[in-house]
Formats: sequence, C-alpha cells, structure tokens
Amino acid sequence: MATAAKTLGILPRPTAATGFWSWVATVDHKRIGILYGVTAFFFFLVGGIEAWLMRLQLARPGLELVTAKTFNALFTMHATTMIFLGVMPLLAAFMNYLLPLLIGARDVAFPRLNAFSYWIYLFGGIFINVGWLMGTAAGHVPDSGWFGYANLTSVEFSGGLGPDFWTLGLLLLGIGTLVSGFNFIVTILNMRAPGMSLMKMPIFVWTILVTSAIIIFAFPSVTVALIMLMFDRAFAANFFEVAAGGSVVFYQHLFWTFGHPEVYILILPAMGIVSEVLPVHARKMLFGYSVMVFSTALIGFMGFTVWSHHMFTVGMGPVVNSIFSLTTMAIAVPTGVKIFNWLSTMWGGQIRFTTAMLFAIGFIACFTIGGLSGFMHASAPSDAQQHDTYFVVAHIHYVLIGGSIFAIFSGIYHWFPKVFGRLLDERLGQWNFWLVFAGFHTFAFPFHFLGLLGMPRRIYTYAPGLGWEFWNLLSTIGVFVLAAGILVFIANVVVTMRKPMDAPADPWDGRTLEWTLPSPPPVYNFAVVPRVHLRDAFWFHKHPEGKEQALEYGEPHPGPIHLPGQSLMPVLLALGPTVAATGVLFVRMRESFAVPVIVAGFVIALLALWGWAFEGEGGTLIEPGEGS
Amino acid sequence: MAHHAHETNTGIDNRKLGFWLFIASESIFFACLLVGYLVYKDGYQPGAGPRDLFNIELTTVSTFVLLMSSLAMVLGVNAAQRNLGRKARRWVLVTALMGLAFLGFQAYEFTHFYHAGLSLSSSVFGTAFYTLTGFHGAHVAVGVIWLLTLLYHGRGAGLTADKADDVEVAGLYWHFVDIVWIVLFTVLYLLEFVQ
Ligand code: HEM
Ligand SMILES: [Cu+2]
Repeated sequence: MATAAKTLGILPRPTAATGFWSWVATVDHKRIGILYGVTAFFFFLVGGIEAWLMRLQLARPGLELVTAKTFNALFTMHATTMIFLGVMPLLAAFMNYLLPLLIGARDVAFPRLNAFSYWIYLFGGIFINVGWLMGTAAGHVPDSGWFGYANLTSVEFSGGLGPDFWTLGLLLLGIGTLVSGFNFIVTILNMRAPGMSLMKMPIFVWTILVTSAIIIFAFPSVTVALIMLMFDRAFAANFFEVAAGGSVVFYQHLFWTFGHPEVYILILPAMGIVSEVLPVHARKMLFGYSVMVFSTALIGFMGFTVWSHHMFTVGMGPVVNSIFSLTTMAIAVPTGVKIFNWLSTMWGGQIRFTTAMLFAIGFIACFTIGGLSGFMHASAPSDAQQHDTYFVVAHIHYVLIGGSIFAIFSGIYHWFPKVFGRLLDERLGQWNFWLVFAGFHTFAFPFHFLGLLGMPRRIYTYAPGLGWEFWNLLSTIGVFVLAAGILVFIANVVVTMRKPMDAPADPWDGRTLEWTLPSPPPVYNFAVVPRVHLRDAFWFHKHPEGKEQALEYGEPHPGPIHLPGQSLMPVLLALGPTVAATGVLFVRMRESFAVPVIVAGFVIALLALWGWAFEGEGGTLIEPGEGS
Repeated sequence: MAHHAHETNTGIDNRKLGFWLFIASESIFFACLLVGYLVYKDGYQPGAGPRDLFNIELTTVSTFVLLMSSLAMVLGVNAAQRNLGRKARRWVLVTALMGLAFLGFQAYEFTHFYHAGLSLSSSVFGTAFYTLTGFHGAHVAVGVIWLLTLLYHGRGAGLTADKADDVEVAGLYWHFVDIVWIVLFTVLYLLEFVQ
C-alpha cells in the first residue's frame, strides 16, 4: 500500500489521490501533460471558431456579418489564441507527458515549477479572453494584431482595455513558458537514464532541448517589449510615443527578435514528433540521426539571425535588407536537409498507413509548400510585393497548420494508447485525416492566388469585381470540410474513451523507452530504470539484429519509491501575478483601488513562495508494481 | 532535512543548473532594456539630461557599497560551506543591509531627479532611465527579501553546511544583480562623462 512519507515541514502537503483536488494539487508530469493537452485543445477550438467567423464574413464580397472592429478583434485573438494558447501548449502537453518517459526519468527536474507553468498558462489564457465578455465595440478585446505593433496599441488609437489584456496576458503566459524552458533543459541535461549519452537521446528530446534554449533566449526580448507597452499605456511612459521621441520601429525590432525564433518554437517540436512517428510506422531507423541533430541546433541558432525579414518594408535600407535576405535563405538549407532525411527514412521502409503515419506524411507535404513560400518572400524585392497580402497568410497557414497541427495530430494518434490505455479508432482516424487534409488545402491554397491578385491581409470586406470572389468562397467551403474533420476527431476521442482500457504496452512495435511501460504508465514511471547502450535501444532489445544487449535492466529499486508530494503552492504562486496584472488593468482604468490590488498580488506571490520553501517534503512511498 | 542532490548526468545540482539558465535569460532581459536606454538617452529635451542630473560621486559610493556586498556574500557562502552557521548568518545579514543601503541611495537619487523635473513621462530619456534602473532596483529588492528569508531559515544554529546549497544559490543571484549594476554604472554613468 502507498504510505504517506513523514511530513518534514511546517505545512502539510495535500494528499488527495482522486477527484478535483488531486488534479489541482498534482505535480506529476503525466497529469500536467494531460491538463495542458485538454486546456490547449479547448483554446484551439476557440481559435477555430474565431477563424470560422472570419471566413464566413469573407465568403462573399460586401457582407456585414461582423463590424470592422469585431473583425480586427477576431483576427487578433485568432492568431494570439492559436499561437500562444493552442499550438505552443499542445506541444507542451507532449513535452510534459513524454520527456521523462523518453529519457528514462521518474519526473521532470522541478515538478512543482512544472505545475506552476500550467496554472499560469491557464490564468493567462483566461485573462487574455476576458475582454470578450465586455463586448468588442468599446475596444476591450485585443484588436491590434498578434504582434501588437506600437502606435496601433497606443492609448490614442486603442483607448479600450484590449491592448492591456493582451500585453498583461502575454506577460503571464511568458513567465510560464520561460519556467518550462528552464525545467526541460535541466531535466534533459541531468536526468537521463544511465548510458543515454546526448547522441543516444530520441530525436524528439533533442528538439525539446533546442526549443527550450530558444525560449530562454527569445522570450526576454518580447517581455521587454510588452513591459514597455504596458508602461506607456498604464503609466504614461514614452517608449513608443513618437511625439516625445519614442520609436515604433524599436518595438518591431524587439518584437521580431522574439517573433521569428518563436516560429521555431512552434515547428521544431513538431518536427521532433514527426521524426519519432515516421521510423516507427515505416519500421526503419531514422535516417541521418546526427545530421538531424545538427540541423535542429543550427535552425535554433539561425532563427535568431533573421528577424528583420519581417521588416523588409519598414525602410531599413538595401544593405540591411540584403543581409537579412541572405540569412533567411540560409535557413532553408538545414530545413531542406530535414525534409530529405524524412523522405529517406520512409524510402524502402515497410510503411503502415496508420492515421499517425498519414498525418506525418501530410506534415511533410504541407510544410514543404510553406517553406517554399517562405523562401519566396525571403527575397526582399518580392516580399515588397507580397507583404501584407494573403500570400503571407498562405505561408503562415502552411507552416503552422500544415506543419505544427498535422504533427500534433500525428502525435496524438501515436501516443494516445500510451496516455489513455486505449487505441483511437483507425477507421474514424482515416476520415479525420482525409477531411482535415482536403479541407485544409481547399481553404489555404487559394490564399496564394488571392495574395498574387493583391488581396490585402486584415481587411474585413471587399468590393465585388476584383476577381477575388471565387477563391474566397472556395476557401470558406474548405473551412467547413476542415471543421468536419475536427468534429470526427472529437467523436473518435469520445467513442474511444468509452471503451475499456485494453491497449497493449507497445501497440506499434515502438523504438523508445516509453513503450517498455504499461499503458498508461504507473505513477512512478520506471520501477527499474534501464541502462541504455544504443540509440533506439528498445527496438534492438526486441529485434537484436546482431546488437544484443541494447537495453539492460539492473537491480530493482531497493524498497519503496518516493514520489514528490502534491502541493497547492503552484496554483497560489500563479494567482499572485494574475492578481497583480489585474491591478495594472485598474491603473489603466484610473481606479483608486489599483495599487492595493497590485500589492495584494505581490503578497499572494510572497506567501506562496514562503509556503513553497517551507512546506514539508511530504510525498508518498509506493511499492513498485502498485498504482499501475 | 536538506534535499541532497540526486546523482545527475552533468554532476551539477539541478537547482544550480536551473539557476545558471535563469541568469542567462535574465542577461538578455537587461541587455534589451539597456539597448532601449542607449536608443533613447539623448532624448531629454526640453528637460535636463544625464550630465545635468547625475551625481557621479554619490553613485560611485553606492556602487562601491553594492560591490562590497558581493564580498560579504562570498564570505557568507564560504562560512556556510565550512559549517560556521552563525558566522554565515552574520555575513548574509551584512549583505542584506548593504543591499538596503544601495536601495536607499537609489530612492534618494530618484526623488532628487524627480524634483529636478525628470519623470517617467517627462521625456524618453526619463522613461528609459527609470525603467532600466528601476528594474535593477527591483531585482536588488527581491534579493534582499530572499536574503532575509535565508536568515529566517537559519534561525537557531545559523546557516550551517546542510543549508550551504541554499546560500550558494542566493549568492549566485546576488552576484548576478551586482554584475548587472557594474555594467549599468559603466554605460550609464562612466561612459557619459568620458569625452
Ligand atoms: C524555410 C523556412 C521559412 C522561411 C524562409 C520563412 C520566411 C518568412 C518571411 C520572409 C516572412 C515575412 C513575410 C512578410 O510579412 O512579408 C514570414 C512570415 C511568417 N512566418 Fe515564416 N518562414 C519560414 C518558416 C516558418 C515557420 C516554420 C513558421 C511557423 C511555424 C513560420 C511562421 C511565420 C509567420 C507566423 C509569419 C507571419 C508573421 C506576421 O504576422 O507578419 N515561418 N516567414
Ligand atoms: Cu520569420
């Protein structure tokens, strides 16, 4: 039986094993992964509904379903939601759940900080969306674009609270992301199973490592930009007040030195997922592992050298534009290398066209198209034509949906049995894939033509007779097909979750350590941490092919395993900054109680930190073999 | 009971490694603020500019105090590692007091500048100056609170060897904040007067 470990500190730790509080207080990376996944999927649907409304509005010329102001709010919140509340946290769900399992660890390095990351993400996500409850007309919903360009976001042009919700919410989200970044890097560098050298890690772990490094170096610049915006708006500072000598171009530099690396935060883990799925379902080793590792690291580094390609039309001059054109084009080299490695992995493999595999292949196809359009506007002169047209929108959607979302679905079908102990229905899966695939291309490919025909981004309606009607209508039809595909996915999950938990430990004949565990894995992950001698050790353990002794099981853990105690301090610590951010909103509204609210936020955070430091170690001792 | 480092692949304790990464990230944060200051420092008209306002002697004294606080911190960490609990506690207390003194200097400087007409909204120079040095000051304040918590933690037998890791991590933070100030002092104050 699991026994509570002796409480050593001043505060007792919560111990609920099931029910609501067990989830609020959990510090188990697997539960946190599930929380991330469910929350992010919810926000993904919210972002999807916003997209659908925009597409309805643009289906025919001259429609008036929503006002121009609401349309601005829709495209701003759609992009913000998709990037920060949907795709990033969906990827974080995979990282949280899988990272320790992939490297043979019992948990992440800082379990309580991990829980904190989730809670501040949830609060930040709610915070950004509060404006919807206050109505769009007064400008309380963010409506200055997902990049929040200064001047559009100044009090003069955006008097409502929209930009305040946006800046403060993103600051909250940024804290959580940064903390995850530190946590994952330490976990990877310090907690690998014995024998697993860096070059024996699964490739997904490598992409998590590089992504986390990008996070900790890219997020500070957007943090500074957001703080400056907040100071301008709430405290009448002058950073971006042109009349007082402020520079709006400085904002753009700060934003894009983050913004471009951010797109690699969105795509590298997706590439990692695909690089795990392809070899398993093609029953072949990943082609060119070390080249993959180096191209991942190189992309991570080069991501920081190209930000000004988002500013070609700002007027930085031919020299600067040429330099950034060249650095941007150079990124296509490691990216192309990856694409060829994936193709070579499939070449001559015994491919099983499972849903996971279909999504992985779909990823390669779409991402390649998106990379090509990226390469096209890497050239400053052609970008001058394409900039702020639907051509850029096409690029974004091919890399973000075609890239990130396809990879995420691939990963969901691949790992669902591990997480929930049930295999998703393959027949519904095929419907899911083909509807999403067809819907996506019908919806996003026409954007290329619209862009070339000169349709600008971010217009809420257009006149007839410009040659845009057909493509716009087609695109809207595509959204309905895509949405049908997503509904089939939801149905699949609902149907599957009602079935008994009967998934085998290793349904796909996997290669990595998580498949050595039962589905779902026990709370402590590994009763016996294996010693790893090779890359893909589990595969060679099953299919030695002359490589016996790939995986070795040592002595079982002596005595019961200690699991970290639950804690309510992470939620409390996340609450502090959220309250303080609310206080800053009140400053903007010139409310007299603003300062007390800010102070209250800090006090809550301090109390939480105090509890964090002094609550007992707690936790449970569990005999291996239990709790599975 | 101190939670002793589990065996790690790198041999570096998790908390220390995490903290080094945090410092790397914070360095970029301050670098961006500093770039902001450099972009905006000449935008003070019609008000007073850095040369009219800065009192280099005074700030040299406060910088010296902060520098010496790092020395006190080193002595504190060293004493903790040698299990001289009470001595460690004394040095940490000295560090915290010097930190407070630095904050006192900064508060004086801010009020003085404010009365001379420089505010967050008076000019871009004012905006950039107060934001940059203000964030540094906030970091010092957090450090002081941290050190005070350590002192509370070490009540009784003092900051003995089993708490040496805690003292060391706080020390890393303190040195970082100190180094940031040296960069700021050099760029904001010293270089301003080099001609
Ligand atoms: C071969 C690699 C890539 C190249 C050469 C490239 C190039 C570019 C360029 C030059 C722009 C600016 C276009 C303009 O605004 O006029 C752009 C925009 C954008 N790219 Fe990429 N890109 C690449 C990959 C990616 C990836 C992997 C993602 C995300 C997963 C991404 C997401 C975006 C987004 C979101 C924008 C629009 C930003 C905005 O709102 O203005 N790109 N890309
Ligand atoms: Cu870019």
